[in-house]
Amino acid sequence: MGINIAFWVLAALAGIGALIVVSARSLFRTALGLVLCFLSIAGLFFTLSADFLGIVQVLIYVGAIAVLLIVAVMLTRDVEKGNLPSTLKIPALVSGIAFMGLSVWVMLNTNWPVSSEAPTAPTTSTLGNLLFSQGGLVLAVEIAAMLILAALIGAISVAREK
Amino acid sequence: MHITSIPSALIWAVWLLPLGAFALISPLIRPFPGKAEPASYISIGAVGISFALSLWILASVMQAPDRQILLHGADWLSITGGPLFNFGLLIDPLSAVMLSVVTSVSLMVQVYSRAYMHSDPSYLRYFALISLFTAAMLGLIVSSNLLSTFAFWELVGLSSYLLIGFWFHRPSAVAAAKKAFLVTRIGDVGFLAALLVLYTKTGTLDITALNSPAVLSAVSGAALTWAALGLFLGAMGKSGQFPLHVWLPDAMEGPTPVSALIHAATMVAAGVFLVARMYPLFQAAPHALTVVAIIGAFSAVFAATMGLVMKDIKRVLAYSTISQLGLMMLGIATGGVWVGIFYLFNHAFFKSLLFLGAGSVNHATGTFDLREMGGLRKKIPWTFAFFVLAAVSLSGIWPLAGFFSKEGVLSAALDKQPVLFGFAILTTFLTAFYIFRVVFLVFFGDYRGSHGPHESSKVMLVPMGLLAVPAVASGWLNANGGFEHFLGDGATHGFWSGIIGVLAHPLALSSLLAALLGVFTAYVLYIRVWISPNKIKWFFRSPYAIFTRKYGMDELYENVIVRNLLYRGVFRAAEWLDSVVIGGVSTGIASLTTGAGRVLKRVQTGQVQLYAVVTAVGIAAIVLIALVRS
Amino acid sequence: MTAGLNSYLVLSAVLFSIGLYGTLSRKNAVVVLMCVEIMLNAANLSLVAFSRFVTPVALSGQTVAIFSIVVAAAEVAVGLAVIIALYRQRNSVDVNDINLLKW
Repeated sequence: MGINIAFWVLAALAGIGALIVVSARSLFRTALGLVLCFLSIAGLFFTLSADFLGIVQVLIYVGAIAVLLIVAVMLTRDVEKGNLPSTLKIPALVSGIAFMGLSVWVMLNTNWPVSSEAPTAPTTSTLGNLLFSQGGLVLAVEIAAMLILAALIGAISVAREK
Repeated sequence: MHITSIPSALIWAVWLLPLGAFALISPLIRPFPGKAEPASYISIGAVGISFALSLWILASVMQAPDRQILLHGADWLSITGGPLFNFGLLIDPLSAVMLSVVTSVSLMVQVYSRAYMHSDPSYLRYFALISLFTAAMLGLIVSSNLLSTFAFWELVGLSSYLLIGFWFHRPSAVAAAKKAFLVTRIGDVGFLAALLVLYTKTGTLDITALNSPAVLSAVSGAALTWAALGLFLGAMGKSGQFPLHVWLPDAMEGPTPVSALIHAATMVAAGVFLVARMYPLFQAAPHALTVVAIIGAFSAVFAATMGLVMKDIKRVLAYSTISQLGLMMLGIATGGVWVGIFYLFNHAFFKSLLFLGAGSVNHATGTFDLREMGGLRKKIPWTFAFFVLAAVSLSGIWPLAGFFSKEGVLSAALDKQPVLFGFAILTTFLTAFYIFRVVFLVFFGDYRGSHGPHESSKVMLVPMGLLAVPAVASGWLNANGGFEHFLGDGATHGFWSGIIGVLAHPLALSSLLAALLGVFTAYVLYIRVWISPNKIKWFFRSPYAIFTRKYGMDELYENVIVRNLLYRGVFRAAEWLDSVVIGGVSTGIASLTTGAGRVLKRVQTGQVQLYAVVTAVGIAAIVLIALVRS
Repeated sequence: MTAGLNSYLVLSAVLFSIGLYGTLSRKNAVVVLMCVEIMLNAANLSLVAFSRFVTPVALSGQTVAIFSIVVAAAEVAVGLAVIIALYRQRNSVDVNDINLLKW
């Protein structure tokens, strides 16, 4: 019961956040809408018993990515011009609606093999075992680390002052 | 009397020896232009030995089984299932007779040339080419396969081209050589077409096979006629029959011994030889022999009319050759192989003698123009004697050779096609007239030139004398029906009954009468001058104009057909087709491509969002289609 | 109504479509990047939903979602670096101005 209400509220908030991002006129408003969207999604993770992931979502998305985006907004002076639509509004709208329709239709018409077991909680130790124990995804973790390193170096070298 | 049969290696030697002479002399042409004499010895030696061998062959054939010697030669084009062509030698009475004619005339002409071409700087090249020609002609005669016959046919044409244009610094000679080659080429197309028809219908080009009744009855009459007519087209080209005759008079640009050998006695006879060789084919093809007879008879009269008015000795002799070849074709078509070949046999000797005589006259007077000659019988008596003997033989006056061969043709023509007999009798009259016109204009009357005429050297006179013997007597070989028996199936009768008894037939008498009438008319016009030739010329001025202009045939070929029909018509149309239609298509495709590119490049706007939209719409479409189908 | 798997999936589809619309129709490059993040988040949401309802014990979907977050972070960093560099060059972050790779 409680989870249902939580779901609907959080879902509405996420949708509103996303809509603010795409339609607000001021760039700040878009940034804040984005933060709202991220937080709602973090809440939705919690309703799905993905506690670790919810925390990670807040930490990384809200804490790092959103902040980064706000900094970028401030650095690029088009803040005055604001959030303008481009010329491809109609085709974008069409494709968006088409995608939505298709995905919803497919999702609703597929028989997902839903299992009725109780979810693991807390998820942290399970995730830790999955990722870091022997026979787990250690290789993927290492590669992800390499990826972050590369992105770091790349970003610094691209954005450096000559 | 039995003579040992000739070993087969020596039969091959008959045509390989002159070829060897050619090969031997050719390298000498550039490095050693000074040492010319040995070339003539090599060449004459080779053909002399070939002549001796050809006589031996003649004797061997007479006693061989079936009167035939077949030599298996080299195989060519072996595909699985055995070789396609075998190039060997076929020696039968026909080829044996032709061999002796060609080698003997070639020998006489080459000895004569030693003196005639004595001071010519290209002496070496001359003898090399004459040897090449002799080898090619001999190869043509003995070939057992139509394909190698064709190869030698072309080789003979090449030698003719090289020899007509021998003095290549003269533009008229060059033009004449080109004309000869091109016109005979048209005939060769027919020959080649005939080869294709024969090969596809019968699967072989071997002459003995093609002439066998088994093979001939298996092919349809229409195909046989096409093949025969194709072969005859080739013969028309080589033998100068209407309408492919235009090259022969121009071919007189070559040295006179060349004219004697090639364009009187041997090469032009190759056409007649071909018809004789493939006679069973012609017999089996409906209407083929009729065509041969008609064209032969027509060419005979046609050329004789033009020979009447020519002012150049060699031109008269050239038209005479065309005319006589026409009679030979008529003879084969109406009377069988032996009639035409007997005529060929005789004609070779007296016509080449006539040409050599003309060369001797040229040596004496420095010209070939009839208007600058006259009264030469006292100055060059030997030449006069030989020339007159040959002229009498050509006219067909008893008892010289020409009479007997002409009688053969006339009786066969009367038998089959009386209309053509009329043509032949008319030709006899005209022949006697024009040759004695020449005799009277050259050797009688007053000398109209400015040279100091003198007799030719023995080196020239001896071959002429040697040729005079068969020119007079070769007709007697058939007096007892021997020639006919040798080449065909006729029965033999007594010798003297043949010679004297023939006069009892009215036909023989009428031909003799026609000939004598011709001589008499020439005598009347040119010696006694009862009527001046100029008055006759004025009276018959339109025919005279037509005859001197050669019936406008050269203009027809050059201006109407080549210049207008081909150049301005067909070729221009082809060029239009090529540049406008085909060029247009290829340019059109190119411009279509560039135009399409110019339009389509606008898709690359460089804006990522556009690409993203396209991607999104595309994915949606694909998914939709997949959903709809499943 | 129970918040079952379908609800989460429909929400994910809606969020994704909104993000798609934004990506294709905004002029400011930074906003485009933001909308891309929305799309990624929607995908993560559906991953976790599947993990919860289809394999609640194995948590495989959440693992993938972690990696997805990692990659998204890296991509934002690099993308913003590029936008900053572009802004320095030509003083504008208008998407339509980045069009040198054209015909």
